[in-house]
Amino acid sequence: MKSNISRRHFLKVSALSSGGMLLSFSFLDHGVKASPVEDAAFAPNGYIKINSDGSIVLMAPNPEIGQGVKTSLPIIIAEELCVDWKKIQVEFAPVDIKYGRQTAGGSGSVRGRFNELRTAGATAREMLIAAAAQTWNVPSADCTAENGEVVHKASGRKLNYASLASKAATLEVPSKPTLKDSKDFKYIGSRIADVDAHKIATGQPLFGIDTRRKGMLFAMVARPPAYGKTLGSVDDTAALKVNGVKKVVKLKNSVAVLATSTWAAKKGRDALVIQWNATEKLESTSEHFASFTAMLEKGAPSPARNDGDVDSVKANAAKILDVTYEIPSLSHGQMEPLNFFADVRDEKVELYGPTQVPAQVKTEVSKQLGIPEQNITINTPRQGGGFGRKLMTDNGVEAALISAAAKSPVQVQWAREDDMQNDFYRPTEMHRYRAVLSKDSLLAWHQSGVGMGGGTRGDSYVAGALANYRSEGQGFKSNIPTGWWRAPGANILAFVAESFMDEICLELKKDPVAFRLELFEKAIKEPVGRVGYDPAKYKSVVELVAKMSNWGNTPDGIYRGFATWFSFGSYAAQVVEIKMLKEKPKIIKVFCAINCGRVINLSGAENQVQGAIVDGICHSMFPKVTFVNGAVAETNFHSYQLLRINDAPMDIEVKFVESEEAPTGLGEPGLPPVAPALANAIYAATGKRIRKMPFAGQLG
Amino acid sequence: MPKYLISVNNKMMSVEADADTPVLWVLRDHLNILGPKFGCGVAQCGACTIHLDGNAVRSCVMPVSAVANRKIVTIEGLSTTGNHALQQAWEELDVAQCGYCQAGQIMSAAVLLRENPNPTDQDIDDAMAGNICRCGTYLRIRKAIHLAAEKLSSK
Repeated sequence: MKSNISRRHFLKVSALSSGGMLLSFSFLDHGVKASPVEDAAFAPNGYIKINSDGSIVLMAPNPEIGQGVKTSLPIIIAEELCVDWKKIQVEFAPVDIKYGRQTAGGSGSVRGRFNELRTAGATAREMLIAAAAQTWNVPSADCTAENGEVVHKASGRKLNYASLASKAATLEVPSKPTLKDSKDFKYIGSRIADVDAHKIATGQPLFGIDTRRKGMLFAMVARPPAYGKTLGSVDDTAALKVNGVKKVVKLKNSVAVLATSTWAAKKGRDALVIQWNATEKLESTSEHFASFTAMLEKGAPSPARNDGDVDSVKANAAKILDVTYEIPSLSHGQMEPLNFFADVRDEKVELYGPTQVPAQVKTEVSKQLGIPEQNITINTPRQGGGFGRKLMTDNGVEAALISAAAKSPVQVQWAREDDMQNDFYRPTEMHRYRAVLSKDSLLAWHQSGVGMGGGTRGDSYVAGALANYRSEGQGFKSNIPTGWWRAPGANILAFVAESFMDEICLELKKDPVAFRLELFEKAIKEPVGRVGYDPAKYKSVVELVAKMSNWGNTPDGIYRGFATWFSFGSYAAQVVEIKMLKEKPKIIKVFCAINCGRVINLSGAENQVQGAIVDGICHSMFPKVTFVNGAVAETNFHSYQLLRINDAPMDIEVKFVESEEAPTGLGEPGLPPVAPALANAIYAATGKRIRKMPFAGQLG
Repeated sequence: MPKYLISVNNKMMSVEADADTPVLWVLRDHLNILGPKFGCGVAQCGACTIHLDGNAVRSCVMPVSAVANRKIVTIEGLSTTGNHALQQAWEELDVAQCGYCQAGQIMSAAVLLRENPNPTDQDIDDAMAGNICRCGTYLRIRKAIHLAAEKLSSK
């Protein structure tokens, strides 16, 4: 085995024992020390594997939760490597510290890896070209790479990558490979179907729930039925009598039943007789909102941002708009209920299951079981949605604890009711927004938020475009766990701020699009304090969506709402068109302009944005989580209603602003503007201003 | 435990299971047929959709005792080589995001197209309202069903 390692460079090349070339990247720029590549089977970092048999394997290094990175990340490598997309294979990279950030979250996978993956592909391409040039005894500059072959144009000679791999692996790693000119891109920016499209359409076992191992038992877990309750006495006599039940194990605050099938485990779990003791306050949503109202009345002592002098403008105000918004908690409701496989034995751990943060699961399992991380392997299957739920490590850690206690490999399966009662919810929040207006202009803005989370942030527009601006937030202490829910923060703040902006426009008799453009122009020419967004990019999407929708010319019988928001590095502007049918809004069409830098996979990108818009409509209109004495009232999809196809718009037109800049986020930015754009359209249609989610119950 | 003979994807299979065991878990845990997915357990999401004597049913609420000697088809048995017009259309239009619900979607759509070879958008919405897609791929699902209908009519 030869290895040719350039210490300063983050790419390493080695020959496979089978005579191929393995290119691994160890991300030294993440501060991680490279370890020598030993063999494909043992050192698969992020890599390109070219085998002597002609097969080319590209690794997808980040978890796939439906955001498309199992396809888009290899596309970036394939582009620079110059291979035929139809002939490559894609595999999930194993979880390894050499990879850097193997997380699915914050719309960060593509934007975090774009340059690294391009460089990886380009390095391999240059080495394959050099190998061919040496073989033919011609200058490298006279050779080109295309479709998995190196071509010497002058003589018409060709060699495929497979035949060059062994030789290429012995060559010096180029320190600065030349990246392709973007005008020569063949795959980046085109439409490529998901690499698993066929497997999905034919129902092949791709997901964590499909894990099957020899000797494995299925487990269901009894967890506290309410926040604030803890485990007391347990009587498992009846559970152990259920056909198929093998074991019952007690954890700190839960009880697991292991059986030969999921159904037997569920029946066993349901047969447990458990005394749950209320050891903390049992909280309710109605009390939360009452507390929030009082907190907002009192105000926050120190603002997060305070530009100009809001108080004195208020004191001399001709008119103050003063409105309050109520935001309920949400569950993630990913289609695949949580599950995880764990096999803990002989001081070793194997973990396999859905998580957006595999490295954190590993660390946490190591801590809780006292087993060093090097004895723990973790891998992730394709995942049935994430939406932020799997940024928490609880499902993986719990499976490991159960396997350790039961001394058996185990697949822990959550029921939907378990997911609903044991989530890390979008925080319940309340926001009070005040605007001081003169006859024709906005003089001051004062936003105040309170919620289970931090409340509010200071940097979204109109901050930066207005002389007098105050933003303050108050956190509310609760024993109900909250977490990240797709486009965290933004999914609430956009609704509140952009609905409020619409009210301001109506008061001032300004066109909503023109008024935003005025503000962004101001942020460009006379910025106030820190501007936490790029007003020119904001303008780019507002102008594009206005053009797409022919703004100002609303078709008969149609009502429109507009909103725009910046999140995760990207800018989105939307126009929602509705009709009123029997006093209920029917969404006809949504226009969306988005600026997310360069688009990698147009098919995937469009799907993400359309999906985010449907998701945004869904969670504006239908579901909410209500806590009643610590228990979640909505226990399954009959009461926690998700949008169905009959409520989906007939058309969602998505356009991406042409950009040569590196990609920014895309899994989340399409979502935040939908709720306010829809609420604004409903106002246009009905004159009813909606300041509370979900909308459905307030209509008709 | 009682024994049941059921026909799954044109094969007779014998299973030993409690009478109340949902067909979903018989398929997944007893027969290792993993295409039908668990999503809610209460017939609300459609991820577990199979065909029972040609009808689309939610296997998560159908006890095994009710299907003895009846004909079950799962996504694995929809076509012999995974080339049903719907499966082709789903791939061509790159419908899926996470992919978890899509086998159930395709099974519901297959019954729709058999009964109504040229459905309107309204027909599709009516027939597919029992299948939730949390990723929100509904627009591509509509398009793929239309595309599959075209493929079938031109055969």
